[in-house]
Amino acid sequence: MSEPLHLDEVSISLPERLLIPPLSVRVMPGEVVTLMGPSGAGKSTLLSFLCGTLSDGFRATGRVWIGGSEVSALPAERRRIGVLFQDDLLFPHLTVGENLAFGLSSAVRGRAARAARIAAALEEAGLAGFAPRDPATLSGGQRARVAVLRLLLAEPRALLLDEPFNKLDAAMRADFRRFVFEHAAAAGLPVLMVTHDATDAVAARGRVLTLSQAPDGSARIESADGALSVAHGTERKPEHEGGALVANRRS
Amino acid sequence: MRIPATTAPSVSPQMRPTFWLRQAPRVTVLLFLVPVAAGLAGTVLPAFGWLPALGGRHLTLAPWLRLAAEPGLGRAIALTFATGLTATVVSVLLVLGLCAHWHGRKPGRIGRAVFAPILAAPHAAMAIGVGFLIAPSGWIVRLLSPWLTGWHQPPDLATVQDPYGFALTLGLLVKEVPYLLLMTLTALSQLPVARELEAAAALGYGRSVAWLKIVLPRLYPQIRLPLYAVLAYALSVVDMALILGPSNPPTLSVLALRWFTAPDVSMYFPAAAAALLQLLIVLGSIALWRAGERIVCALGRRWIASGRRRSRLEPLSSLAAVLVAGLGLLGAAALLDLAVWSLTSRWRFPRILPSHWSAAAWREQVAVILWPLETTVTVALVASALAVVLVLGCLEYEQQRGSAPQARSLWLLYVPLLVPQIAFLFGMQVLLTFSRLDGTLLAVIWSHLLFVVPYVFLSLADPWRSLDTRYARTALCLGASPRRVFLRIKLPLLLRPVLVAAAVGLAVSIDQYLPTLFAGAGRVVTLTTEAVTLASGGGRRVTGVFALLQALVPLAAYGCALGVSRRHGPRRVLPGARA
Repeated sequence: MSEPLHLDEVSISLPERLLIPPLSVRVMPGEVVTLMGPSGAGKSTLLSFLCGTLSDGFRATGRVWIGGSEVSALPAERRRIGVLFQDDLLFPHLTVGENLAFGLSSAVRGRAARAARIAAALEEAGLAGFAPRDPATLSGGQRARVAVLRLLLAEPRALLLDEPFNKLDAAMRADFRRFVFEHAAAAGLPVLMVTHDATDAVAARGRVLTLSQAPDGSARIESADGALSVAHGTERKPEHEGGALVANRRS
Repeated sequence: MRIPATTAPSVSPQMRPTFWLRQAPRVTVLLFLVPVAAGLAGTVLPAFGWLPALGGRHLTLAPWLRLAAEPGLGRAIALTFATGLTATVVSVLLVLGLCAHWHGRKPGRIGRAVFAPILAAPHAAMAIGVGFLIAPSGWIVRLLSPWLTGWHQPPDLATVQDPYGFALTLGLLVKEVPYLLLMTLTALSQLPVARELEAAAALGYGRSVAWLKIVLPRLYPQIRLPLYAVLAYALSVVDMALILGPSNPPTLSVLALRWFTAPDVSMYFPAAAAALLQLLIVLGSIALWRAGERIVCALGRRWIASGRRRSRLEPLSSLAAVLVAGLGLLGAAALLDLAVWSLTSRWRFPRILPSHWSAAAWREQVAVILWPLETTVTVALVASALAVVLVLGCLEYEQQRGSAPQARSLWLLYVPLLVPQIAFLFGMQVLLTFSRLDGTLLAVIWSHLLFVVPYVFLSLADPWRSLDTRYARTALCLGASPRRVFLRIKLPLLLRPVLVAAAVGLAVSIDQYLPTLFAGAGRVVTLTTEAVTLASGGGRRVTGVFALLQALVPLAAYGCALGVSRRHGPRRVLPGARA
């Protein structure tokens, strides 16, 4: 049931510069691949592209697969790719329970069944009885966990993390990171995380790719053992096949 | 929605707006451009003698010769320029002076309480109130009599409808200063300038000078379009000019209206010529203003580079603040005066308040009021609802396409606000007559839409665009369709700005005099048309009743919008969701 997330020659550019040079990578179920890079480099743009909400000004090429199905041909709401931002983005006009119900797949039918499912999820996350609460009354850590639960209840096939740990303080950060990675591993989700914080990458214990931009405008993505993709405005073949990299886990 | 595998593009499909949503911008533009373009054509052709329905089948300059032969035309044109340009220049100076004086502070509760009803009040109601206030037997003279003036009878002075247009200019100032102030404060709230002002103070710059040198150059581009709208409005206003302006000769737009509505239909031709001249005056004034901007900009650069830190402008900016406060008091007093007159039974000069009060005027008018009130509210509700739907459609389309807002479309929205109403409403009436719509409620609603849509858009666009897009993206990634995201996430989160925009639309619709007159072919009677008619010749009590009611309806709409959104809005007001 769990399937890998496969980026096939994905590249993104603005009219005046290249943001993401052609990137091919296969993220296995349960694996966390980290993409590091300075802010403004285009990491978040890559995630927007993957979940199908890229805005008009960008030009993106390449395909995205989850297992055998190509998701880059689908509209955002049918891709089933979950994304977690650094803000929890709980809908402020809905209660905690309503937020979770918004995420919960509509395949779960019946009011009682849905409420039970939500209550179970809350309890498992140490938030039993929080369903009728207003999100504004929760602590930052609690809100962050609700956001993860909402995401998981939508039964995504892959998970994208857009610097989700940034705004939490150090103690909560480690806890929450563990919470996210454990749940993603338990659900067997391929996870692609972007961050500029090296400790996130270490905690993820997966491969690390680094996106960098030279002053001349060229962009490159490197894995720990060498250049994966370099491009000088014009698109070039990546120097490694994406598939080969699967074996190159960072030790 | 799925792309067939054979044509699976390497470029990813992002969000695709549905069929109906794609129509929203097109329908909006069509609703706009067709009447304005057709209306302009329907004015230009008769201005050169071509209007087959009235026997004009040859292009000729006769209408222009007739216009030129009108005694007092030169005076009418001079009056138009004098009142319009004075009102605009003084409004701008006062508003900028006040903002320089305030130095980045926000208006207090009292300021908002005074200016909100003035902003909501229709121009006609305000003109009637100002007229009451400055009349020889009005509150101002009463306050000064007899202890200062020695008058025991109202003096024989033409304070309203004076030949120089002072009353008209004052009326325009009372309405346009709060409007420009609101636009300026809105633009200012998006300019982060506190640190820069602190830095300037540390370099030894005085408060107002620092504001003028640092904030104004960045602020001005943001308020340029609303300012042009004020300029165009002040130059071509009809209802205020009918109530407060001189009648012989009147301003050019009133002259054109007089001919358009003359029993002799051959006067249509010079009327069209006058309307076209009015358009040229507005366009010429905007061009002139633009040239003035360049000069002020060049001088301003030199002034900034001079390094002068203090200037005589400091006390002037305090003076501007005092004058704006005075105008606010005047406007509030004008509205209050309407209420007092509508409840007056006996009020001898020079007493400050009536000696006998009575609700007789209200009781007697109830039966007469109900019909125009119903028409007013129906037209306003339908026009405002349609405008909100169209604007939401346009904004949602823009967001789903992920395209950035374009400056061009903003100019397009401003077209009905920059082109004088008199210059295209006559032509639009020809179009309506052609499609057998003239004189119907539908036609009136359509003509109101031209002015309601821009204001609803201006009111809603900023809050809608500044809602964190990640809410929508999160909801989409949770599997919600764009439609569901719109209905369940965006609309509830933005309930307050949506309702406020609807109230703005309502107020703008109730404000419309000329469109109601033309599209309604004189057969659709609203509170506004009644109030303007009563203002010349109706008794003060009855006029007060109509004008006050006309001012109260939009105020009630704002009250409802705020009340409902407080009750049903999101628990917390989002940073981006404030109106």
